[in-house]
Amino acid sequence: MLRRLSEAVSVSGNEKEIRTVLKELVTPCDDIWTDTMGNLYVHKKGMGKKVMVCAHMDEVGMMVKGITEEGLLAYSSVGIDSRVCVSKRVFVGKDKIPGVIGSKAIHLQGRDALSKAIPHAELFVDIGAENKEDAMKYVNVGDYICFDTAFSYFGNGRIKGKALDDRLGCAVILELLKKKYDYDFYAVFTVQEEVGMRGAMAASYQIQPEFALIFEGTTANDMPELEGHQYVTKLGKGPAISMMDSATIVTPKLFRKMKQTAEENGIPYQIRQGTKGGTDAGAIHKACGGAWAIGISIPCRYIHSPIAVADISDYENTIKLADAFLTGHKIEEVK
Amino acid sequence: MFKKMLIDILQAYGPSGNEHKTARILAEYMRPYCDELWVDVLGNLICHKKGISGKKIMLSAHMDQIGFIVVDIDENGFLRIANVGGILPPLSVAREVVFENGVRGVTYFETPETRDAKAVATVPNMYIDIGCTSREEAEEKVQIGDMCIFVSNYVDMGKRVASGAMDNRVCCAIIVEAMKEMQSSHDVYAVFTVQEEVGLRGAGVAAYAISPDLNINLDVTLTGDTPKTPAMSVALGKGPAIKMMDSSVIVPIAVRRFMIDCAEQADIPYQREVLRAGGTDTAAIQKTQKGILAGCISIPSRYVHTPVEVVDMDDVENTVKLIRVIVSKEQLPDTI
Repeated sequence: MLRRLSEAVSVSGNEKEIRTVLKELVTPCDDIWTDTMGNLYVHKKGMGKKVMVCAHMDEVGMMVKGITEEGLLAYSSVGIDSRVCVSKRVFVGKDKIPGVIGSKAIHLQGRDALSKAIPHAELFVDIGAENKEDAMKYVNVGDYICFDTAFSYFGNGRIKGKALDDRLGCAVILELLKKKYDYDFYAVFTVQEEVGMRGAMAASYQIQPEFALIFEGTTANDMPELEGHQYVTKLGKGPAISMMDSATIVTPKLFRKMKQTAEENGIPYQIRQGTKGGTDAGAIHKACGGAWAIGISIPCRYIHSPIAVADISDYENTIKLADAFLTGHKIEEVK
Repeated sequence: MFKKMLIDILQAYGPSGNEHKTARILAEYMRPYCDELWVDVLGNLICHKKGISGKKIMLSAHMDQIGFIVVDIDENGFLRIANVGGILPPLSVAREVVFENGVRGVTYFETPETRDAKAVATVPNMYIDIGCTSREEAEEKVQIGDMCIFVSNYVDMGKRVASGAMDNRVCCAIIVEAMKEMQSSHDVYAVFTVQEEVGLRGAGVAAYAISPDLNINLDVTLTGDTPKTPAMSVALGKGPAIKMMDSSVIVPIAVRRFMIDCAEQADIPYQREVLRAGGTDTAAIQKTQKGILAGCISIPSRYVHTPVEVVDMDDVENTVKLIRVIVSKEQLPDTI
């Protein structure tokens, strides 16, 4: 399942492939539908509070913005840092035309160029076309470009692949949908999170939840040369509970309740220490008359790049924590 | 009387997202002057005074203040922090801070060279010293996720007063004062909003729920009346500043005309405000529901987001008067 989710090609605004995969994987429920923006909704009716669980299904990528006379594709970034683009394999367009992102060989670069990141404007996708006319037979301006990365298990309980942010979140929701909670339960797989929580805003107007639980793949920067206070999260230390990011301040009582739930159930957890970055919670908590929203994140190293690494235990403990919170009626305990 | 209330409101603890203590104090002050009051899911305090016209006016002022959140505690008991709202780091070091539970601390920043005059504080290199010598000791007092605010004195300079919380508690106090002798045929909702300082997050939610016919928001604004500040026509003591525009909102012509007419008819001094950078809750309110007519009255304030935000008590008094005039009008603007 994780392989299918990770390898689905669905850059922001073009989530059809992942949506199709999710529809196949989702447990039968009362209702399932897609809205005009492409958000996928799954409803399990119930008597209790209206609860929404949410994960975004889009991923970072690129879009073709022009084709040179030589048949190379100029592109615009959709949420990507240019440093990770050089020398990568990609797919272009809905026919998944293979391509590579090249740059000048080292022999041809001046000394200055070697010490700088190559900007997107100087990078091109090579699809092996002879010239512009030839390239136009296969691709066009506006086509999406996605990294071509195979998913795999490696090391001791670790996984690597693209789009772990946020296909791991989608996988958590698929697991939660197999269970039964005493809530009017909506699961939403949102679109266009990576370009500014655009899908979640529409979804929250449609659902108007009282409580929302957001699952994210978040930055793990447990790497050399960082001091303790510079970490956001660390791999293998458990689900990361959000306190504040650039789009949401979690209601303190709710934050404490989530920590308490983890402690009571013996589930390892960490606090998402970084306060940068935003998630769908930012859109959801202030839509309509407001909602309580909290994010639980799965630490992923190297996010927003062609390949990320996560620890499977963090994924499993995220499911456990969410399940304990929902089964234990913890929402009702927050006054 | 007013000053006592103002001091009380200024001293309440209420960084963005943690406004419950401030809300409690404001609720006590408001209770005698409204028919019902409640706190919504995000923590906005909504006070409703019933009317008979069938129209709804929403008065709003944010009650949150800037501060810091603890993101890490090191082995020596120092707290590492992130800013909550628009902190000015160079003006935020060597300051006293206080947490919700009363724990006190002081801010400083990494200075590899002792007394390096050129060292510059940034949020990542700042820390808080709460007088502990180990992580364990510090964790008994403060936990990751706790927020603190700056401690500031109330400086009474006579006609002008200073405090670190004028933005925006002075406007909260103004609304309470205005409600005391308010005459209005409309339903008046006085709303003390949350999370303005981190991006106007609370006000839109409250306005969505109330769906008012008119919103008048109150906030502080900058002035151009101190040495070598960028040109801006607003000055202390020249009356409430009626907002035309800032970087978040363009006030509809009909609403600003309405506010100006109210001031002129009642002989209340006022000034026109155009703020180049900075935003306020009016922006979030006007864009919710099907669009809401919303305006803003600003209290001129010097040194905003520092421990010595200065306002003029004449401006405060005139703003109270202007609000009372505004809510007393039978005819509200109904189109832009």
